[in-house]
Amino acid sequence: MKSLLEGRGGRFLVGLAPYAWLLLFFLVPFLIVLKISLSEPQMGIPPYMPLIDWAEGAFKGTLAGYRTLLGDDLYLLAYLGSLRLAGISTLGCLALGYPAAYAIARAPRHRRQALLMLVALPFWTSFLIRVYAWIGILKNEGLLNMALMGMGVITEPLQILETDTAVVIGMVYSYLPFMILPLYATLEKMDLSLLEAAADLGCRPFKAFLAVTLPLSMPGIVAGCMLVFIPAVGEFVIPDLLGGPDTLVIGKVLWAEFFDNRDWPTASAVAVAMLVLLVVPIMVFQHFEAKRAEREE
Amino acid sequence: MAQAAGKREVVAPWNDPQAVPLIRFEGISKRFGDFVAVEHVDLAIFKGEFFSLLGASGCGKTTLLRMLAGFETPTTGRILIDGQDVTTVPPYERPVNMMFQSYALFPHMSVADNIAFGLKQDGLPKPVIRDKVAAVLDLVQMGRFSGRKPHQLSGGQRQRVALARCLAKEPKVVLLDEPLAALDKKLREATQLELVNIQDRVGITFVMVTHDQGEAMTMSSRIGVMNAGRIEQVGGPVDIYEYPGSRFVADFIGAANMFQGTARGGEGALAVACPELEHDLSVAGAGKVTDGAPVTVMVRPEKVMIARDKPESGLNWAEGVVSDIAYLGDVSIYHVRLASGRKVQALRTNLHHGEESRLTWEDRVFLAWHPADSLVLTK
Amino acid sequence: MNNRGFALYTALALVYAFLYLPIALLVIYSFNASKLVTVWGGFSTKWYGELLNDHQVLDAAWLSLKIAFVNACLATLLGTLAAVVLVRFKRFSGRALFTGMVSAPLVMPEIITGLALLLLFVGMENLLGWPDGRSMTTIVIAHITFSLSFVTVVVRSRLSQMDRSLEEAAMDLGARPLTVFLRITLPIIAPALAAGWLLAFTLSVDDVVISAFVSGPGATPLPIVIFSKVRLGVSPEINALATIVVALVALAIAVAGRVMMTRENQGG
Repeated sequence: MKSLLEGRGGRFLVGLAPYAWLLLFFLVPFLIVLKISLSEPQMGIPPYMPLIDWAEGAFKGTLAGYRTLLGDDLYLLAYLGSLRLAGISTLGCLALGYPAAYAIARAPRHRRQALLMLVALPFWTSFLIRVYAWIGILKNEGLLNMALMGMGVITEPLQILETDTAVVIGMVYSYLPFMILPLYATLEKMDLSLLEAAADLGCRPFKAFLAVTLPLSMPGIVAGCMLVFIPAVGEFVIPDLLGGPDTLVIGKVLWAEFFDNRDWPTASAVAVAMLVLLVVPIMVFQHFEAKRAEREE
Repeated sequence: MAQAAGKREVVAPWNDPQAVPLIRFEGISKRFGDFVAVEHVDLAIFKGEFFSLLGASGCGKTTLLRMLAGFETPTTGRILIDGQDVTTVPPYERPVNMMFQSYALFPHMSVADNIAFGLKQDGLPKPVIRDKVAAVLDLVQMGRFSGRKPHQLSGGQRQRVALARCLAKEPKVVLLDEPLAALDKKLREATQLELVNIQDRVGITFVMVTHDQGEAMTMSSRIGVMNAGRIEQVGGPVDIYEYPGSRFVADFIGAANMFQGTARGGEGALAVACPELEHDLSVAGAGKVTDGAPVTVMVRPEKVMIARDKPESGLNWAEGVVSDIAYLGDVSIYHVRLASGRKVQALRTNLHHGEESRLTWEDRVFLAWHPADSLVLTK
Repeated sequence: MNNRGFALYTALALVYAFLYLPIALLVIYSFNASKLVTVWGGFSTKWYGELLNDHQVLDAAWLSLKIAFVNACLATLLGTLAAVVLVRFKRFSGRALFTGMVSAPLVMPEIITGLALLLLFVGMENLLGWPDGRSMTTIVIAHITFSLSFVTVVVRSRLSQMDRSLEEAAMDLGARPLTVFLRITLPIIAPALAAGWLLAFTLSVDDVVISAFVSGPGATPLPIVIFSKVRLGVSPEINALATIVVALVALAIAVAGRVMMTRENQGG
């Protein structure tokens, strides 16, 4: 045991557990998804045919799942819908999150911790329940409409629930902390004397913001946007609870294929297509993550 | 040994051909990729020495120290401590303890626990540990602080604890990485002498890395001057200062006036013709120099006398005009411009009140020094 | 700067209002005797009573807590090891793959991860006979897989900021690498471990989509129960549950805040 953990042997052992875990429970499942997407569906357990029929010695893969995807407009519209809603939500998070992060970063040092806690606290309480709360606010007989009608702003209740608007509100609400925290991390590290130098050289505050603060906070902006956009594309719960039958997102489609149609191969094909769609943003994120971590070390 | 309070025997084992060094670097070099940090170092350090590695940042001194500690492995060569080859021995098995520049005190442990940590690793019984910790805290006069945590101590106090932690295990060698860099001037001066005293009392070999030449000169028995990964010269403070072996060392330690010229004549009294000076310089005791070889004559500013009158014969001299004066309070440094345009520095102690105003800018002056006070450098 | 400061703080206040409005409403309506949002039926705690009698919810809550606890412990262990590997071991073959696998779950849509894990479990069941259907085990495994990435991020940040000379000093004093890690590194990064543990716990307790894929009739965690209830319509019990959760979280944060304040004074 004494010499076991020294030198290369020890390093190997330390890395073994997480590496093996991730290989088995993260990488392999994705390969299986790929495999299943090429199988044919069948009734029974499991609801897909084996890829290689050992008895016949034949490869029974089929691209039928993918052909369905490309053939039926539904899938394409769902993908586009997801991208659109995720994009709008990301922008919404940025619009609300940047000023908030900036305000916290400029607050007196001893207050920052508490302010951050206040941002994080909703995150620690149940996400599901908070989305549920929005149902109560946004529905026709809900608080928002009651308040607006009570103030005389409108006479008829606004249809917000079961529309894309509600979904965007819900997503911005849920993902906001994921935008604020990385933004804050970057803004907090910024050297304030840079702004002082800009002012000294005759630059007005707003211009200094555009020329100095904004570019320097770019890593935080990218990180925040990736942390919101990528999972938002595949979001299911919020569109399901706050959206309506018209809300077409790929998350709902996958869920329906899997749980309602019991069509595992098609669901897998949808998942693979989603991954392909997201590969570039994911790699952008990982690239920035690696650079940020390198800078810290 | 360094000059500090108390009677001291001047012991110089490095002059004794029979003496066996405690630490030996043999053919050590260290490469990081393409960058050569240390190149072909052969060095011997003797027991009981206070040895300093002196050089500018990036010269490789810290890398050399870390190789001795075991945190870096040499690319070539080997390191011996007390006759044992420790080149591949990990740091926790070497009889060496290091005092880090940042002190590296464990923040979650008290002063006493910090010091006891190393002793615990040796598996000593608790009462023994307790006594040793108390003894070493006494040595650095930090006994009252044994229960405090590092963040409750000042910089100077942390430094003492770091030193105590090194000494607790009574290692064969103590390494110090720029130990005084974080202290302010007054504290630094006081700590310099204290460190030397402690080293003298415990008799352990100290190897220190520093970029501060004043520090190295004050504290060390010998200094190793490093430049770009190589050791330029090893010697006692007097040797290094009065008889530097190269232009680099002459320039690095203290200030130096250097005149390029051509040697005339052979051994014994040598004359050097320098184009910047109107007269040939005579240098005594230059050693073997071939006639016509290009040499550099070096003379330190404090050896250069400055006066309004022409100096007596037998001295090297030059005439010029005072162009700058740096008044430092205890001394004044005069920058004198010669006819050739060359500037020479002369340092004068302000021995009496009013001394500093006796010479002023634009005064015509004569500079003079004894031939024996200058040195011929061939490197 | 004052004008700008005012505008900034207003923006911040609006964001806080936005974040807390739904929570405030949940708390208020948990005490509303009437089921309806539009009618205030008077102050009542009957929904709390109903909640405490609802065995389905209570059993699910208990299961979720157990799962979250096991998940948090194992995810913290694996995540810390992963962080150590990434920060301390500079070059090794397969590092790119490892880094990718550790950071991907941070952004991967849950619906993909959930599907993938379920397919793995089904495949494993066919091949090896284990796991035996969907159970607490499958949920825990799934949760660990995505939680560990979050733990790694938190621990990694703290570990990389740690003064390495502390570890070198320990080795210099005679401690072997394992001792250095246990006696020096671990105590110093402990706050990050605690934060990671809490993060993993929260993510697990809150997870809907992945749990939907990998849970089964024998093991139904709380979010699934809530999800089905919510899909059916308004259920005031949920308000009561929400209020309890908010109260517990607020309490936990207050306690943690005090602990952190005393620890921060220790530096390191």
